[in-house]
Amino acid sequence: MVPMLERPMAAGPATDAMLPMPYRIQRVWRDTKDTFTLDLKPADSGGGSSFAPGQFNMLYVFGVGEIPISISSDPSHFPAIRHTTRAVGTVSKAMGKLKRGEVIGVRGPFGSHWPIKEAAGRDVVIVAGGIGLAPLRSALYEIMSSRDQYGRVTLLYGARSPEDILFQRELELWRGKFDSDVQLTVDRAPSGWRGTVGVVTTLIGRARFDPAATLAMICGPEVMMRFTVMEIRKRGVAANEIYLSMERNMKCAVGFCGHCQYGPFFICKDGPVFRLDRIASIFGLAEI
Amino acid sequence: MIQTIERIIGEHSFFHGMAEQHLKFIAGCANNARFPEGQLIFREGDEANHFYFVREGLIAIELMIPPRGFTTVQTVGEGEMLGWSWLLSPYRWHFTGRALEPTRALTFDGKCLRTKCEEDHDLGYEVLKRFTHIISERLDATRLQLLDLYGAHA
Repeated sequence: MVPMLERPMAAGPATDAMLPMPYRIQRVWRDTKDTFTLDLKPADSGGGSSFAPGQFNMLYVFGVGEIPISISSDPSHFPAIRHTTRAVGTVSKAMGKLKRGEVIGVRGPFGSHWPIKEAAGRDVVIVAGGIGLAPLRSALYEIMSSRDQYGRVTLLYGARSPEDILFQRELELWRGKFDSDVQLTVDRAPSGWRGTVGVVTTLIGRARFDPAATLAMICGPEVMMRFTVMEIRKRGVAANEIYLSMERNMKCAVGFCGHCQYGPFFICKDGPVFRLDRIASIFGLAEI
Repeated sequence: MIQTIERIIGEHSFFHGMAEQHLKFIAGCANNARFPEGQLIFREGDEANHFYFVREGLIAIELMIPPRGFTTVQTVGEGEMLGWSWLLSPYRWHFTGRALEPTRALTFDGKCLRTKCEEDHDLGYEVLKRFTHIISERLDATRLQLLDLYGAHA
């Protein structure tokens, strides 16, 4: 029996959890050819609900549907919030067509969060793959804003190709500060690309961190997380120092509907961020 | 110089647990090298008589794809070993290696080492075990790369 995950203290919705609140789109960013970011602010005088990095909101495109999307903004910019997603399904494609000034429904924030406080005083290794950088961006903002509280900070990011690299402005900024190690790699490089090529797991062996004093945060496709965990464990980082953001089809976001059941957990309320040792017995199973 | 190289390779996980006389021999096959940015290190089809331990920098493993030109399929960076074509007949490079940035490396004389491995099978087995591990890791990474993990329908 997997022990139940302790529910971390995190921000939650201030109003009825099932009631979408109107938010107005302040700006739409076209991050890549299929990924976009919406800057949102509460449409009425209500201040919205504060969030912790790693949490998600349910975003409702009126007349189309509702989907969970991680919050990717700087927590210090609250009540402005930012969501980054890829246009792949009916709702996200409709969302991608929305324009500045239009209104969207927001429920949340929901779920567990990245262990930012627990990481203080330690080396931090953040491994992101593809759109998985979005749920980690809030954590990175928070860590970089109080950089002196952490040991070595390493971001290892893998993207499909150079044109699929997200948040290039922030990545350049963090890399340029010289107090953090930011490494990028792409799976496919066009002729003329001067950077690293290969899957993100290949960067782990090159990164400098003290495995005995490291906390790792990982987000990306589940296969990528499995292989990343193997490499990080090989370096000597303990399972209880590794955190993952899991993904399943979420509907209600409050643990009622059961759509996102993951073994004894519901991703929406017990996750999406899990400590590896808590899910070790089910992580990677095909039928979970 | 030999002492320094012995120390460098002795500290690398690739050589951990290797007998002292084997380490000494391998160190004797090695030289320090520097490759400026853009320098061709080996070329597809050429005789493969060397392998490399990257101490600093980044090397691209490239393939010529007409009409696209040279395309990087993988990069090898600090702390990593590069090259196993020297071990496998017909000892020809299957890819091209080029320094993407100023790179410091140890260059090993693979021809000398494989001759020694034929004579000393204990050494040969140790070397093969270690290169098999690298080949396995690269194969895993290549399989993941082929999955197109971050594609829209991954």
